[in-house]
Amino acid sequence: MNDFLVFDHVTKRFGAMTAVNDVSLSISKGEFFSLLGPSGCGKTTLLRMLGGFERPDSGRIYLEGKDITDLPPNQRRIHTVFQNYALFPTMTIWDNIAFSLKLAKKPKAEIEEAVDNILEMIQLSDQAWKYPSQLSGGQKQRVAIARALVDRPSVLLLDEPLAALDLKLRQHMLIELDTIHDQVGITFLYVTHDQGEAMSLSDRIAVINKGKVEQLDGPAKIYEAPASRFVASFIGDTNFFEGEITAIDGDYCYLAVDGFPQIKAFNDKSLKVGQKVDLSVRPEKIRVTLAPPLPEKGASINVFPSTVKDIVYQGVYTKYWIESSGLRIAAIKPHSRFLLDQEPITWNDDVFVWWHPDDGYMVEVQ
Amino acid sequence: MDTWRELVDPDYPAIVWNTLRISFEITVWCILLALPCAYAIARMPQRWRAIIAGSIMLPFWTSFVVRVFAWKTMLHPEGWLQSCYFVFLRVRAWLFDWLPGFLQDFFVWLGFAGSGPIDPASSTILDSEAAVVLVSVYSFLPFAIMPIYTAAEKFDFSLLEAARDLGARSFYAFRKIFIPGIRQGVVSAILMVFIPAIGSYVIPQMLGGTNCVLIGNKIFMRAIQNRNIPHASALATLMAVSVLVPIAIAMWWKKRQDAIGRKRLEEQTARTMVGRV
Ligand SMILES: Nc1ncnc2c1ncn2[C@@H]1O[C@H](COP(=O)(O)OP(=O)(O)OP(=O)(O)O)[C@@H](O)[C@H]1O
Ligand SMILES: [Mg+2]
Repeated sequence: MNDFLVFDHVTKRFGAMTAVNDVSLSISKGEFFSLLGPSGCGKTTLLRMLGGFERPDSGRIYLEGKDITDLPPNQRRIHTVFQNYALFPTMTIWDNIAFSLKLAKKPKAEIEEAVDNILEMIQLSDQAWKYPSQLSGGQKQRVAIARALVDRPSVLLLDEPLAALDLKLRQHMLIELDTIHDQVGITFLYVTHDQGEAMSLSDRIAVINKGKVEQLDGPAKIYEAPASRFVASFIGDTNFFEGEITAIDGDYCYLAVDGFPQIKAFNDKSLKVGQKVDLSVRPEKIRVTLAPPLPEKGASINVFPSTVKDIVYQGVYTKYWIESSGLRIAAIKPHSRFLLDQEPITWNDDVFVWWHPDDGYMVEVQ
Repeated sequence: MDTWRELVDPDYPAIVWNTLRISFEITVWCILLALPCAYAIARMPQRWRAIIAGSIMLPFWTSFVVRVFAWKTMLHPEGWLQSCYFVFLRVRAWLFDWLPGFLQDFFVWLGFAGSGPIDPASSTILDSEAAVVLVSVYSFLPFAIMPIYTAAEKFDFSLLEAARDLGARSFYAFRKIFIPGIRQGVVSAILMVFIPAIGSYVIPQMLGGTNCVLIGNKIFMRAIQNRNIPHASALATLMAVSVLVPIAIAMWWKKRQDAIGRKRLEEQTARTMVGRV
């Protein structure tokens, strides 16, 4: 079941540059799978190999057990929603959507029914006889999706489909994409460099860096248990403490970090003494207070005194930049009535920074 | 008025028809050749495009008449083009025999084919209609490539990928997406070739002999050789009319198509909206 779509050690080079480096992935049927990575990491190249527009230099691609590596694009049951939509400007919306059905020489009645139904699904029935240039960005987007979905491909590839839309529309389209995926039950392979999109839509995410898969997991796992320093810093904000394990205490361990007292961390990977690690602590897990935390808690948490350097008000929360032993630490704090009663923190205040050992996550350094 | 009456020469309808037919042939060949050329150039890397586009204009550095003279030597009865011409005639005759009788008659009537069998002695490529078409296509091809290339350069080639992605073979994508996408360029190319082809007289004069006399030659003959200026200008008017009539028909046709298209849209909108209420 898990080998519906398989990349088997796929490599692609452009001249001296390796765009995709020995990637192996297995995607299951009906899954919403995301490829997430910074610009230029090879996401589009992966999709283009799947669509049939690039040939891998080595490795094979299988769909439903069949080797499709050498098939031309028109013989693959895979359709793409292109980054720039690529709607045919000389055809009406209706004809754009009917394109693949007409190619398959379906009977006229069947084509009309299928196109009318999908137009209804994307709520554009009244725009059917306009030309693409007469539509808004979000509408074009929906037409591009409908055009690629109408003949029920095995896989739908979406290459940053929301990149050109504004924030509000993007959030709206995210929900629509999710709905559409639930309705059609087709495997979606979604490419993006926006972690928010990937996190909110995907069943699983492959984080890609420099042509290699860094981590393949569900969204929560990727956020909470990043496999590498790259993943931790690419997905959301984080603070890194670079140190070495000096002692083990049951499920926990102690780290020596330059300029800090001992830091306690949850050692879920059973790392050994002497292992060099990067400890990642997310800003929302760090507390900043004027008074030290209560003593009975103080026994098991990491606490150190430091100074507030910068405060950035961001509506939903306030972000504090705190300097401790030459390291700038970011912490965020939501607003609420309870917190207003406390004495407000301002620039250059001496504060206490603390977090629970379970809230840090260690990544090994090779 | 007398000059107009003189125009009712039994020769003239045939000459006008020949001129239109040959110009049409030239245009079709030019467009057919220019489309793949322009496509290929537009897909080249940026650096190559300028070089190739420049070299297409290269022939214009030498005189037109000199180039036609060069062709005259190349078309000499002992040259290799002559042999090609024979093969061409044979193949054409062979294909012609396959056609049903009424189509044969139709082609003869249109003037696309002769009715008699091939006579090797008299079928020289020099002084034939084929020579005129060949050299005209050669001369006018840059005028066809340039507008098409200009349109093709602006064409978004990812549309072809989108069509391939949705299941189209390359040629289908070329025909259904690329050609409509560069329609403007094709229309100007047709005009750029068809109009000078109708007015051309140097090429038929030098290469067509007596077998291919076009309206341009007649005007030239009347005006320069016979010094009959009124007659020549009447002919010129006739020619202008014969160019304008097909263009007018084409425009009327386009209008009609647009009207049909609009009606279709209205009907289809009505259809999609039914059952939605
Ligand atoms: N046709 C090509 N020729 C040469 N190099 C290429 C080609 N296509 C892609 N590359 C290179 O391969 C690398 C990966 O490109 P790719 O388009 O896959 O990135 P991406 O992850 O999709 O980035 P983005 O998020 O910006 O779209 C880039 O460094 C790019 O320069
Ligand atoms: Mg890309």
